[in-house]
Amino acid sequence: MRLTWVTGFGALAGALWGAVWMIVVGILLMLVSGITTQPPVGFALLIGAILGAAGFLILAKFKDRQGLGVLSLGALAALLVVTLFQPFGVSMGTGPFYQTVAMVIWAGLVGLSLQMGLTGYTGEMVSRYRFEVLAIRLLKGLGFVLFTIVVALPFYVMVMTSLKSQQTLLRNPLDFSIDLSQGSASLFRSYIELFTDYNFGTFLMNSALVSVLTVFITLAFAIPGAYAVARLRFKGQALLSRSILLIYMVPAIVLVIPLYAVFSQAGLRNSLTGLLVVYPATTIPVALYMLQGYFRGLPSELEEAGLVDGLSRVGVILKITLPLSLPALASVALYVFMIAWNEFLFAFMFLDDLDMFTLSRGVVSLNSSEVPRQHLMAGSVVATVPVLVLFLWFERYLVSGLTAGSVKG
Amino acid sequence: MTHPTPPTHRGSLEKREAKLAYIMLIPTFLIVFSIVLGPLLANFWISAKPVQLGDLRPASVMVNEALRPRPKAAGEEVVLRYRVRNSSQGDAIENATLVDTLPDGLIIGDVPAPCTLTNRTVRCEFGTLEAKQRLDVLIPATVEQAYLDNGVRPRDVKAMTDGDAQNVLTSLEFSFDNFRKVFNGAEFWTVLKVSLYYTIFGTAGALVLGLFAAQLLNTSFKGRNLLRGLFLFPYVAPVIAVAFAWVLLLDAGPGGTFNAMLMQMGATDGPINFLGQRAIPYSIFGIQLEFPMALTTVIVFEAWRYFPLSFLFILARMQSVGGEMYEAAEIDGATPLQQFWSISLPQLMGILAVLFLLRFIWTFNKFDDIFLLTGGAAGTRTLTVDVYEQAFAVSNLGAGAAVAVVVFLVLLVFSLIFFKFSPQDDG
Repeated sequence: MRLTWVTGFGALAGALWGAVWMIVVGILLMLVSGITTQPPVGFALLIGAILGAAGFLILAKFKDRQGLGVLSLGALAALLVVTLFQPFGVSMGTGPFYQTVAMVIWAGLVGLSLQMGLTGYTGEMVSRYRFEVLAIRLLKGLGFVLFTIVVALPFYVMVMTSLKSQQTLLRNPLDFSIDLSQGSASLFRSYIELFTDYNFGTFLMNSALVSVLTVFITLAFAIPGAYAVARLRFKGQALLSRSILLIYMVPAIVLVIPLYAVFSQAGLRNSLTGLLVVYPATTIPVALYMLQGYFRGLPSELEEAGLVDGLSRVGVILKITLPLSLPALASVALYVFMIAWNEFLFAFMFLDDLDMFTLSRGVVSLNSSEVPRQHLMAGSVVATVPVLVLFLWFERYLVSGLTAGSVKG
Repeated sequence: MTHPTPPTHRGSLEKREAKLAYIMLIPTFLIVFSIVLGPLLANFWISAKPVQLGDLRPASVMVNEALRPRPKAAGEEVVLRYRVRNSSQGDAIENATLVDTLPDGLIIGDVPAPCTLTNRTVRCEFGTLEAKQRLDVLIPATVEQAYLDNGVRPRDVKAMTDGDAQNVLTSLEFSFDNFRKVFNGAEFWTVLKVSLYYTIFGTAGALVLGLFAAQLLNTSFKGRNLLRGLFLFPYVAPVIAVAFAWVLLLDAGPGGTFNAMLMQMGATDGPINFLGQRAIPYSIFGIQLEFPMALTTVIVFEAWRYFPLSFLFILARMQSVGGEMYEAAEIDGATPLQQFWSISLPQLMGILAVLFLLRFIWTFNKFDDIFLLTGGAAGTRTLTVDVYEQAFAVSNLGAGAAVAVVVFLVLLVFSLIFFKFSPQDDG
């Protein structure tokens, strides 16, 4: 009874891993090398199943390293034999180096996955507890692979497309191999053209200007407001602190028509000033909400001591509260920057002139049949990289700030 | 001796504090009222008006002046001509006037009827100018040598015009035509249905994916921070970048990578038009059903792009749950699934409810994603996309505002329902 159970589970795990890794490695091989392969998913599934069953029956008793080696070697040998030395459905003659590496990686990953699934398993107790541990381990492992691929694939395609040319992609959309011998000027040609022919330098400057100014304006409005809501007593304080986030529920698309009408007649449309009025108005409520939460958490004794020592309220805010809130200010600033940088709707509706375009608006203007795809994707990369770099740099601040009470959809 | 009681009136210190608070809040109030709440109310106003995109440029008096014939010598008789017209195709202008200063060196003859001359300033009062109406004002003059010498021509001083145009936006006429048009269209109910589908499944998808991702990263291992950073990419990157990356990835044409992958793996025979096909028919037990392809794709995109947010919040909540409870459960022999079901999930209920509420409203509000992916075609037109389509694609601002009012009212209903049933804690 116990035997069939474990064998069955091992076979299932092995089959899944064999197939999943074959799909992943097979596609990666295609994308990286440009070889058109026909990954033998069925064979991989079969090999994985056999290895998994065997592993759970016998190899559980091995020491860790030995198990891994045996499993991987087994996978490698089996793959070569059953596919008649065409591990990816094509003759080893085309791209032997890439195919060998891919094959070894596949076998290694299958072995590693099975072995990690086995860790700590002694081949004895098969209680419900043990079974669940094994099953969850398998699911988590598959989850990691799936999530990583699903998240990374669009970004990978974005970067790689920007480095290729439309003709080669139309010929074979799976070939993302990069020819490094062509030199950097040719490799980054679409980027160079964006900045020389498509005004992306201006767009980048506009985006940076609008985002940075939005951050400062927002903070200038939100800091005093947040301080008042957090520390001062006045009529309507409770109502205000509860309802401030409601403003954030108002969709931008509902505001667009009236603002478009008024801004058109006031001459604020088609100007960065117009954006600098709208962006802070939409970010101030969140910023105020985030900051007041933080201000409340600060010990009020410090401020009272300042007041007793003769500082004015403004002095207290400038000399005591703000220096203590630097982390919160940083996270709010980053968050507001992110919103302003990524904003699309108002930029799209308001800006008509090329010299006014922000990056969002500029990239949309590349979305036409006359502009080749690599330019569109290069524009997307240019718009993405600054905000991603900033985000990764200050990730800790942003994450704590976001989870401290505010979110944006 | 009386007992000390708290003061019943507000002390001056308290008053000063309140005053300071109001001063500190006024800038925020002003900008939020003028840019958010004002437009919100303005939608109701605009939705009751037959206003087109073109009406935003109000009718105005245009003028073109010229001296004919071109003078060559002193003493020549010339005519100063003002060609006046109403720029609008449909609206009359009342109290139309023209004011201009004439250049030196011209001896002005008789100034015709609606115009008067004081010193060197001509002032004409035309009364009402009908739509598209044109008229010429001809003023005879004699050229002096001074005119030829000083080089100042009539056009160098711009003629000023003024007039009261009927502005649809500010008039006091109202009608329910826009609402009638919006509700009568058979399309409206489809749009509403699509909106609800998109909102419910998009929200649920983002939450479930976020819960899975949080489970994955709720253990410590090498490279955990790296993976966490990567998982946040879809949320942090600009929507235009990721939307266009998806559009190219899912392209059904010859350059579509994802379709090429599927075909190479033998999963499909021909390319699937993920973003362009409204429905794929299939049958189960002889019942003909349709799978809404494009709508499903935009929902998947929504879940993909916003799972990081729920993931962050759920992970933060998970890590704040102490380990003792799990240890106790472990000793009692609870299996991992039992632990998740009986300890983790109840602890997460609060944050899940809050996230559901917020994401539901934000997904309902979402415009950019669908607009960039499909433009609202192939059965993916939600209410928010409809606002844009009516107002700017069909150029009917009034109808767009009417849809915006509907969006606002639906949101109001959602919010009321949610705040009635939402838990009070967590956030």
